[in-house]
Amino acid sequence: MGQKCIHCGEDCGSHPVIWDDKPFCCHGCKTVYQILNEKKLDKYYEIQPMSGIKVEQANVGNKYAYLDLDEIKDKLLGFSDGDISKVTLFIPTIHCASCIWLLENLNTINPGIIASNVNFPQKKATITFNNKQITLRQLVELLVSIHYVPEITLDQLDEKMSGKSSRDLLLKIGIAGFSLMNVMLYNFPEYLPGGEQLSSLFTKFFGYMSFILALPVVFYSANDYYLSAIKGLRHKMVNIDVPITLGIFTLFFQSTYEIFTGQGIGYMDSLVGLVFFLLIGKWYQSKTYEALSFERDYKSYFPVAVTLLKNSKEETIPLSKLKENDHILIRNQELIPADSKLISGEAEIDYSFVTGESLPVNKKAGEIIFAGGRQVGSNIELEVIKSVDQSYLTQLWNQEYHKQNNESQLNHLVNKVSEYFTFAVLSIAFAAGIYWLINDSSLALFAFTSVLIIACPCALALTVPFTFGSTMREYGRRGFYIKNTEVIDSLRKIDCIVFDKTGTLTVNRSMKVEFVGDKLTDNQLKTIKTIVANSSHPLSITLNEHITVETDYPVEKFQEIPSLGITGLVNGKRVNIGSRKFVTGKDDSEPFSTNVYVFIEDKILGYFKIENQYRPGLKKVINSLKKNYELYLLSGDNDSEKENLRPLFGKKAVLKFNQSPTDKRDFILSLKQKGKKVLMIGDGLNDAGALMESNVGLTIADDIYSFSPACDGIIESSKFHSLNKFIKYTHLSFKIVIISFIISFLYNVVGISFAVSGTMSPLVAAILMPISSVSVVLFATLSVKLSSKRYL
Amino acid sequence: MSIVILLAIIGILVAGGFLVAFLWAVKSGQYDDTESPAMRMLFDDTKPVDKNIKS
Repeated sequence: MGQKCIHCGEDCGSHPVIWDDKPFCCHGCKTVYQILNEKKLDKYYEIQPMSGIKVEQANVGNKYAYLDLDEIKDKLLGFSDGDISKVTLFIPTIHCASCIWLLENLNTINPGIIASNVNFPQKKATITFNNKQITLRQLVELLVSIHYVPEITLDQLDEKMSGKSSRDLLLKIGIAGFSLMNVMLYNFPEYLPGGEQLSSLFTKFFGYMSFILALPVVFYSANDYYLSAIKGLRHKMVNIDVPITLGIFTLFFQSTYEIFTGQGIGYMDSLVGLVFFLLIGKWYQSKTYEALSFERDYKSYFPVAVTLLKNSKEETIPLSKLKENDHILIRNQELIPADSKLISGEAEIDYSFVTGESLPVNKKAGEIIFAGGRQVGSNIELEVIKSVDQSYLTQLWNQEYHKQNNESQLNHLVNKVSEYFTFAVLSIAFAAGIYWLINDSSLALFAFTSVLIIACPCALALTVPFTFGSTMREYGRRGFYIKNTEVIDSLRKIDCIVFDKTGTLTVNRSMKVEFVGDKLTDNQLKTIKTIVANSSHPLSITLNEHITVETDYPVEKFQEIPSLGITGLVNGKRVNIGSRKFVTGKDDSEPFSTNVYVFIEDKILGYFKIENQYRPGLKKVINSLKKNYELYLLSGDNDSEKENLRPLFGKKAVLKFNQSPTDKRDFILSLKQKGKKVLMIGDGLNDAGALMESNVGLTIADDIYSFSPACDGIIESSKFHSLNKFIKYTHLSFKIVIISFIISFLYNVVGISFAVSGTMSPLVAAILMPISSVSVVLFATLSVKLSSKRYL
Repeated sequence: MSIVILLAIIGILVAGGFLVAFLWAVKSGQYDDTESPAMRMLFDDTKPVDKNIKS
């Protein structure tokens, strides 16, 4: 113990692989080191020590054969001109400076690679290569050989890059900022004492200049607000963008009128500043987690191609061409893409992505295997009985979901406020106009427009982006990633929480191990550890991790009998470890828990009871949620855990077992029909339907970049214990929004009092509008920052 | 005093130059990835990398 692998930094154990006098934890890591050393790329280890990635099995075989198919190549290659091709690959394991350095120096490993470029936040590498010298398949296999395994999925084939909108926003901000700085300069002399004595030449010149500079801002930078206002009105809704649009246009026409009639210089500075601040708010809100995907469906999970068996010949075909009655070959660690029947081979199907259950299920020839499982062990042959999109799990996705018109629902609060706001402002404006029409008709139009101008809800519109945007950042810092800021408001409104059990409440890869029988001696423990270390079955791995003694016993005649157990001679003594049937000869009578029996030399010593382990902090989380929310549990498993869960959840909670994915979805639907706002927390594909149907769907993931079903948010599994805090914080965040609203209303009261009295000047607008915006933004971000330190 | 007008025009030309530079930077994708260049600049150029074909 103690030595760390030079490549990946993992503990090498007692028998490190030594090469070049350096310790490695496995042959895979050593091979990568060899490749890099040979090509003089060993600087990789200097930039960031032990930055390598450990990959369990290195042998790829024919896995990437589909990359030779033209129709798949065409979709993947972003650009192809004669010999030169360009491809962008998503490599989730990119994590440090060394990764960038190595991936951008790929051409020293293979000269066929012309250039490569890494986009770190998106975890993508764009590689330009000469396809005469290296094929796409060889390129991908090269990446795999140095343990940068790219993720190639079906939906990537269909999608094309979408980075356009964020660039557009930056352009708009740039133009607005440019105009703002200059227009402020032109308006400044007016505000100085004696500014009214400025010669009319200057007033005119500065006026025309600010008019010209305001044009691109009004007609380009701000156009999203007009579109959104029109869209809202079409749906008979007065959203926040309506008063903004009204304000912008009144400002623009009032100022234009004043400039061209020589009355003054107008309010162009306030107008441009307003648009600039609004766009900044929008940009702040739109900064999300680029490498995370919240919209995945089965397409990003299923393989791109399958191996078809035709007249006992292997042939790789794209998944889309797979038909019923086709015979397919599934190798170790490959996914079953469609519901099929097992023809031959030993099937051990790992459904952990589907159900969260990490122990593989044994299937015999003739049995039906549902799509979504992963084969562990030897090759199997399957006959497809349902096409890919007709399969049980994929059908769940293809059903229609009524996540009720998102846009209208989620910004509900702001829209409600802005509706009243708009009508209030309009009626004040008309009242002021009519009042002055009676008393001093020359001021009537001015008072009317002044109200519209000063009441423009800039601060109001900035409140939500900045408060929720900051909240989202604070969440992200603490391991809770949400799709967008609207999730915060939905999360605040929920009144019941539905949990999945396996993989959500329990830890996916970690098990509780307990030995039933007489206490094992050190000698016996060593014997057991020796033999399980030779097997790759998940139960063996669990036992191997559980037993911490060191061992150096020799093993002979080791044999692994699929779905039964392992046997061999340790120190010359016969050892059998495995199922009850295998070790004791009796048929398994306890189907509900996993027991591993142990036989050494001449007697059965007892058995290891292996159970799922609940997440740390679960009790605290449930106890605190119990007070305010109705709790439900939906488990796909049998009810063997009911006794453990009942005291935890309390008497009121509904615990349901043996739930199919469709049951889960229907249950969420029935809750929603009762008018409940549902939060669903799950992890696997079997929760996908329920997650999509719920008001807020959260998934728990060990690795946030790996696959998770479509959802509104992802929680790092190590942060599960803070779940109640995350939910509670939404209320505080909402209070901050309300207080910011009140602040911006106060500014409006002051502004409107100037406006209705007909005494508003450009100077008042120029001071009041930025101050109100800036103070609201500062209040929102600072209070989120401070309060999150305390309450999150 | 009319020199002020000249100054204002020069001012806007200079600022316009910066605006054009910014627009070009955004359009050429320099703001798409703001993290990796920060790390990339720390690497030594020990190996000649073919710069003829840019991505």
